[in-house]
Amino acid sequence: MSVLVVSEQTGGVWHKMSFETIAAGAETAATLDCPLQVSVIGSGVDGLAAEAAAKRVSEVVVIDDPVLADYTPDGFAAAVRQIVEQLNPTLVLFPHTYQVRDFAPKLTAGLGKAFLSDVVGITVDDGELVFVRRLFQGKLNAGVTTAGDAPYFASVQSGVFRADAAADGEAPAPIRKLDVVIDPAQIRTRPEAPFQEAKGAVDLTAADIVVSVGRGIKDPENIPLAAELAQAVGGELAASRPICDNGWLPLDRQIGSSGQTVSPNLYLALGISGAIQHVVGMKGAKTIVAINKDEGAPIFEIADYGIVADLFEVVPALIAALKE
Amino acid sequence: MNIFICLKQVGSRDSVLRIAGDHKWIEDEDLNFEMNEPDAFALEEGLRLKEKHGGEVVALSAGPSRAASTIREALAKGADRGILIEDDRFAQADALCIARALAAAIGKEPHDLVLTGLQSDDFGFGQTGVILAELLHLPHATIIMEVKAEGGRLSVKRELEAGWFQNVSMSLPALLTIQSGINKVRYATLMGIKRARKKPLVVYTAGELGVDMNASQAIRRLYLPRKTKQTQFITGSGKEAAAALIEKLKFEARVI
Repeated sequence: MSVLVVSEQTGGVWHKMSFETIAAGAETAATLDCPLQVSVIGSGVDGLAAEAAAKRVSEVVVIDDPVLADYTPDGFAAAVRQIVEQLNPTLVLFPHTYQVRDFAPKLTAGLGKAFLSDVVGITVDDGELVFVRRLFQGKLNAGVTTAGDAPYFASVQSGVFRADAAADGEAPAPIRKLDVVIDPAQIRTRPEAPFQEAKGAVDLTAADIVVSVGRGIKDPENIPLAAELAQAVGGELAASRPICDNGWLPLDRQIGSSGQTVSPNLYLALGISGAIQHVVGMKGAKTIVAINKDEGAPIFEIADYGIVADLFEVVPALIAALKE
Repeated sequence: MNIFICLKQVGSRDSVLRIAGDHKWIEDEDLNFEMNEPDAFALEEGLRLKEKHGGEVVALSAGPSRAASTIREALAKGADRGILIEDDRFAQADALCIARALAAAIGKEPHDLVLTGLQSDDFGFGQTGVILAELLHLPHATIIMEVKAEGGRLSVKRELEAGWFQNVSMSLPALLTIQSGINKVRYATLMGIKRARKKPLVVYTAGELGVDMNASQAIRRLYLPRKTKQTQFITGSGKEAAAALIEKLKFEARVI
């Protein structure tokens, strides 16, 4: 029995969720009283393997292959499949990153296994692993079990486990290079170098106060109302993804996994439901205020102050009061 | 191009969710059903590719009989024909099971491009497309913000995290999962709705396609999430709530 954490790096730089996932793996391995292994996959990753081995883990396994220098789903699914076949772990944990979403379901489908994606908790009940997933856009939680024998596969949601909970070990863990064969001919997609769109002028990360709008704003004609509140309170105007998708505000004002991550003193969420893709970009705010008609909106789970009401009644009153 | 668009019918976003007595699912009869919003972007992208390159758009879904209305909606927007793989169990099925059903139907026909949405609003697995690619032995790319097809190859813009993107190319046939916001979705016209009634919609049962309905994961218990913060709820009229909030932000939280 063992827990395997599949870490993620790009071009020799860790994905920060790698250590959150190591923390998750360490906790589960302790519960199961079994070893924790961490895999490092890529090309030229010796340095990263040594960093992973400094953590309190049982073993670091490495696949270092020029074929894996650039991420492809075919290459990475093949690599992890061979790791799993060689180590035969009980549980395989991934960080729930865009990259993992791209290849892990392919890997697990190829093995005829379930993939418990985006879990927010892992418990062991009577020897059975129970994973907590969020359903209906975060409105409900479900304890989920999987059918069949190990290995079980799950990915861990961003921010659920703390990277600094991945403790350093007393001595470096052993590092083992695995021999795997990845035939370049089986890689069917050709990736090009990543790029950023023209960088926006707005740096929301520096703002002390952020006023953010979501679907509840209903119409582009109502954006100026939110802008007026932002001005009255001395903050920057921001938005959740659907607002920027609709072109109601430019992309450089988007908060969330595909936009900016902010931790201001005050975050005012207007008509934002609190989908996880948004929440990961703002949950570090010191004080969170949510104004939403739907009392079941997940944003209220993380709000310090909540007003269950029509934002069109509250926001004009807020503006008037602030201007007094 | 033969384009297949995979659609899911889900409870609408503003549905009130009531947990069923056995704590395994919600009370279905409370729900209004609609096309999973992310899938609407996949449908739109497929319709645009057909308008540019010619061919056929097939809208398909694995679901209970009610899912036919979502396929009709796609037909009204311009899809040429529909396929429903019908089984009540699909309403609560996991991604592997749904993908097996879709693969069985798509595998019967020549296909150049298969499109899915990013994830569903109910289960939110975000996996069906990638699993389907594996089952159909297709190359794939996910979270796509732009699609160009030329000379039997696809060039797509894939969204990475934190504002980064990457172009990826592959040969057809292939599968893409489409990012929400890639396009502006069209509305069905009255004429479109009228035409849709005459468009073919083939219904298979899961049994006819030999779909393995065994669940690979099961909900043990459904429950309301525990709050991570103690939220102070402020009540009263708009004016009262606004005044109370400003008091709290000034003197309690001290952030303004």
